[in-house]
Amino acid sequence: MIRDLALQGAQMLAVVVLAPLLTGLVRKMKARLLRRQGPPLIQPYRDLIRLIRKEVVLAEGASWLFRVIPYIIFAGTWVAASLVPTFGSGLLFSWSADLIAIIALLGSARFFLALAGLDVGTSFGGIGSSREVMIASLAEPAMLMIVFTLALIAGSTQLSTMAAYMATGEEGLRVSLGLALLALIMVAIAENARIPIDNPATHLELTMVHEAMVLEYSGRHLALIDLTSELKLLLYISVIGCLFAPWGIAGPDANPRAIAIGFVAYLAKLAVGGLLLAAFETAIAKMRVFRVPAFLGAALMLGLLGTLLLFVSGSL
Amino acid sequence: MRGNLAFDIAHMLAGTLVLVSFMQLYQDRLYALLNIYALHALVLAASVAWQAFIQDAPHLYLTAMIALVFKAIIIPVALHRIIVKLGIHREIETVVGVGPAMLLGMGLVALAMVVMLRVTAEADPLAREDLAFALSVVLLGLLMMVTRRNAVSQVIGFMSLENGLVLAATGAKGMPLVVEISVAFSVLIAFIVIGIFLFRIRERFDTVDVQALDRFRGERR
Amino acid sequence: MTAAYALYGVAALIVLAPVAIALSTSPHGTAVIYGASLIITLTLGMIALLCLFGRAQTPGIILPLGLPWLGAHFRIDALAAFFLAVVNLGGAAASLFALGYGRHEHSPQRVLPFYPAYLAAMNLVVMADDAFSFLVSWEFMSLTSWALVIAHHRVGENMRAGYIYLLMASFGTLTLLLAFGLLAGADGNYAFDAIRESHPSAALSALVLILALVGAGSKAGVVPLHAWLPLAHPAAPSHVSALMSGVMTKVAVYGFVRIVFDLLGPPDWWWSMVVLAVGGITAVMGVLYALMQHDLKRLLAYHTVENIGIIFIGLGLALAFKAHGMALAAALALTAALLHVFNHSVFKSLLFFGAGAVLNATGERDMEHLGGLIHRMPQTAFVFLVGCVAISALPPLNGFVSEWLTFQAILISPQLPAWGLKLLVPAVGALLALSAALAAACFVKAFGVSFLGRARTPAAAQAHETDSNSLAAMYFLAALCLVAGILPGIFIDALAPVTNTLVGVSMPQQADLEWLTIVPIAESRSSYNGLLVFIFVVLSGSIAAFAIHRIASDKLRRAPAWDCGYPDPSPAAQYTASSFAQPIRRVYGTSVFHAREIGEMPPPGSLASARLTVELHDLIWDAAYAPVAKGIEYAAEKLNYLQFLTIRRYLTLVFAALVLLLLVLAIWQ
Repeated sequence: MIRDLALQGAQMLAVVVLAPLLTGLVRKMKARLLRRQGPPLIQPYRDLIRLIRKEVVLAEGASWLFRVIPYIIFAGTWVAASLVPTFGSGLLFSWSADLIAIIALLGSARFFLALAGLDVGTSFGGIGSSREVMIASLAEPAMLMIVFTLALIAGSTQLSTMAAYMATGEEGLRVSLGLALLALIMVAIAENARIPIDNPATHLELTMVHEAMVLEYSGRHLALIDLTSELKLLLYISVIGCLFAPWGIAGPDANPRAIAIGFVAYLAKLAVGGLLLAAFETAIAKMRVFRVPAFLGAALMLGLLGTLLLFVSGSL
Repeated sequence: MRGNLAFDIAHMLAGTLVLVSFMQLYQDRLYALLNIYALHALVLAASVAWQAFIQDAPHLYLTAMIALVFKAIIIPVALHRIIVKLGIHREIETVVGVGPAMLLGMGLVALAMVVMLRVTAEADPLAREDLAFALSVVLLGLLMMVTRRNAVSQVIGFMSLENGLVLAATGAKGMPLVVEISVAFSVLIAFIVIGIFLFRIRERFDTVDVQALDRFRGERR
Repeated sequence: MTAAYALYGVAALIVLAPVAIALSTSPHGTAVIYGASLIITLTLGMIALLCLFGRAQTPGIILPLGLPWLGAHFRIDALAAFFLAVVNLGGAAASLFALGYGRHEHSPQRVLPFYPAYLAAMNLVVMADDAFSFLVSWEFMSLTSWALVIAHHRVGENMRAGYIYLLMASFGTLTLLLAFGLLAGADGNYAFDAIRESHPSAALSALVLILALVGAGSKAGVVPLHAWLPLAHPAAPSHVSALMSGVMTKVAVYGFVRIVFDLLGPPDWWWSMVVLAVGGITAVMGVLYALMQHDLKRLLAYHTVENIGIIFIGLGLALAFKAHGMALAAALALTAALLHVFNHSVFKSLLFFGAGAVLNATGERDMEHLGGLIHRMPQTAFVFLVGCVAISALPPLNGFVSEWLTFQAILISPQLPAWGLKLLVPAVGALLALSAALAAACFVKAFGVSFLGRARTPAAAQAHETDSNSLAAMYFLAALCLVAGILPGIFIDALAPVTNTLVGVSMPQQADLEWLTIVPIAESRSSYNGLLVFIFVVLSGSIAAFAIHRIASDKLRRAPAWDCGYPDPSPAAQYTASSFAQPIRRVYGTSVFHAREIGEMPPPGSLASARLTVELHDLIWDAAYAPVAKGIEYAAEKLNYLQFLTIRRYLTLVFAALVLLLLVLAIWQ
């Protein structure tokens, strides 16, 4: 019991500590691919510390909700991230929330962030919120279809059970798994506000969705929100890793050596995921806002096709 | 069945073919469509080669070669050049929007799966599902022909329909004369493509007489 | 004899109506009537809960009213007890709210007498045990709610709303009459017990299903019979709107469940396809309509349509499982649908109360005239926010639980053998997911545009907080949302006797599970623990707040909004409801509503203002209702000639009718 509690606590701490490192890696890789030196890997940590020390400048029209929202969304995303198997799949409280609940927790974080965009009463916040809910209205159903596909294959919606099942390698290659992987990558890109959906490094009105919603935040609030988006990126890469690249995940009741191997494997998965993301973002351009529904509609179709194949035939 | 890698790879390739057919429905630029069609033929070649491998039928390697050389390389390159020369309008106008077309495509795939899996209930499981995917590709090719106004995209729809038929033919084990049938089909396609472009040329220049066309070209032989 | 006590309560409510007529002009009339209604509905609710948890099969009562050879049967079995609890919970909350809200009513004599009668009618419908008393109570319910809809009769559109409502209600009652007629058979034995014994043929059962779907569905608001709902629900006073949306639609669902699951006998598998398809379309269409609205109450009314769709999806799944003999799965789907019935009545009432409070405080229903209310009405804003989070199906509140259970039911459906279902259920699952995501978007808009931002009109800038009675009702419902989300096992166990009577089994006992988790089928498949999620979120938030306040600077200053350096001083520059919905309108609206945005720019040099018009077409109205109305008008015009005939022609008509009847008599043996 103590051991399990310690493992769960270690997982919660690990995700928060590793998230800025992952973002630093992605930024460094993007810079190197563009033949720049790029910021050092630990720059996101420095940014967070700098923001925490600054004074909060609050808009005059902002309400109590505006000040509370960064904590709410951080709490929701942190809980969701702690329930995703990273180095071991037998987490103590994994049975309290399955994949649908994890997605819904991320959905509530997004709900409150959209409210924050509308709170100050500026048009930039409105732009961000309205575009964000449009993207969410397609990304969430696509994600749910992917969850259906995976749950029908693995026989459970519990993420730890799914990871353990995928790790046994019984499945082999399946068409619906391939479709689910493709759709999950597309949805992950959309949800994390990466190119081609949104540019995480821009402040131009025409090109921003997430940055527009958090435009009025500063100081410690902005630090929390930045940490939340880094944590969300880590969460999605962890989900893709534990479901589609489950090698090295320690099972429940594993000895310390297996856990150490699992941890190293997890770091390797994060690094590979970050590299691929950086390469992908450098290779393509950002889409116009109204081409995003076509992109996400394609992800929804892929998810629906995967679910349909599983309903119709048992071995597809 | 679960650990059977051969089945899984065959299904993966057939599923990829369906996916590429969807990607063709999505395109609205002509050059991109040609590239996707080349990818379609490539996946078909890979699928036929894999079938040749697992069915131990060497003559199917020839079909794969034909698909690769003729359909993945020669036809797209030739079409590309013809489009440039004739200055054909390079945007694809659709009759239905992309969204409804994708939804219709989904419905057609569902229909194909249901029909094939019901009708062939006693057959070999690998062949059944491959046939279901092949029927989906055929129906998607037809959908493309029906919902496009541009002649080139209709031709490509027809060619992808034919790719689906080849997939079905190779999936059914032991079908005779597959190589001959695929060669015949390819010749048919070549003639159809040539025929369509002759019509276009005649429309544009009111003649298909080569000497008259030479005059338009501005050169003297 | 709990049915007897319940009937005493209902009689007390009916007695309140003439008392209300007498008291309507006195200043204490509101307090007396609503207070008495509150007490009576609370008592009735207690009785219902006692029946539900007591699991005793209470015998019915036969009163010597109505048809002489039938009498009026009333019984409270498990299904009736559950719905009785829902109805009276809604009624009690509305009465408490109205204690504060009703004081602002301009014409209390048009509202007060009908309100207790409406509550009485809804209770009677749920308790009725034979077709005649069911239909009489149903009509009584329609008529009292119609009277309440046209209470504010000086507003033109309210009269039109009442007219359309009356037409649709009569149509619904007609179809239900036909359904019960078919069920009772040629002998005409209308008691529910007798109907359960008889087994109509398959074709007849199918016809009864369609008629019940049309009749009960039109009252519940399924597409395409929903057209009256967004007109009538906003027109009534807000506490009545809450009752109509939150409770009366559930009474309609009760009617459907009673006929299809209880009285009809073993279902055919294709019935579920109809119900599933109708549910899926209703869910998506409802929320898309809601997204296009900028009237707060109309948005909430359209959103009720979406939730009814979700309930019907659950009912369709339950029918499918029941038809194939998968009893446990049927119990799961039915529990999901009924839990959503309860959840929706709670949070929809809460949201309508909030809208009523806003209407009282500002006099505005249009969101584009509101804004910044979170500063002026902080408590109302807080409870409205809880309602919005609950209805968007976000954990750890209750909306998420019923939606999670519905998804779990969908995940069992690959085991259904029918091919039609294999194709339909994934599509319906996608529609459900789509409607859930769009619902969240809808309520970001509703809360964000009305309560956040800056005030767009002086009315919004001078709003005042709601009175304590209304706030008490809203806080109670918000607390119930939280409790139902954290401790869903209690509610699932409470539904066990209901599913036992309808499908034969119930879900596994949730109270035995450790840590108050809920497990739909088996622990290995999936489980959810609302309490733990809630504790985790609160704990993480507190740790984050604590850490931040230890290591971060706590300085804060107020300044004008940054807005990229170009802040606009006018509140009119911020996003409105239409502009917020514009991306979604562009993605979905062009095909579903033929939405068009027409911008008229004045020529250069002119000082006239530009104008942006958004055109939306209600395609269902144009395709289904308008032709019917035109057809009836045409027929009526043609038949109008009968008014102006000469005496000779009238005599000819009489003669022709007589000859025709004699001919029929001669030919028919």
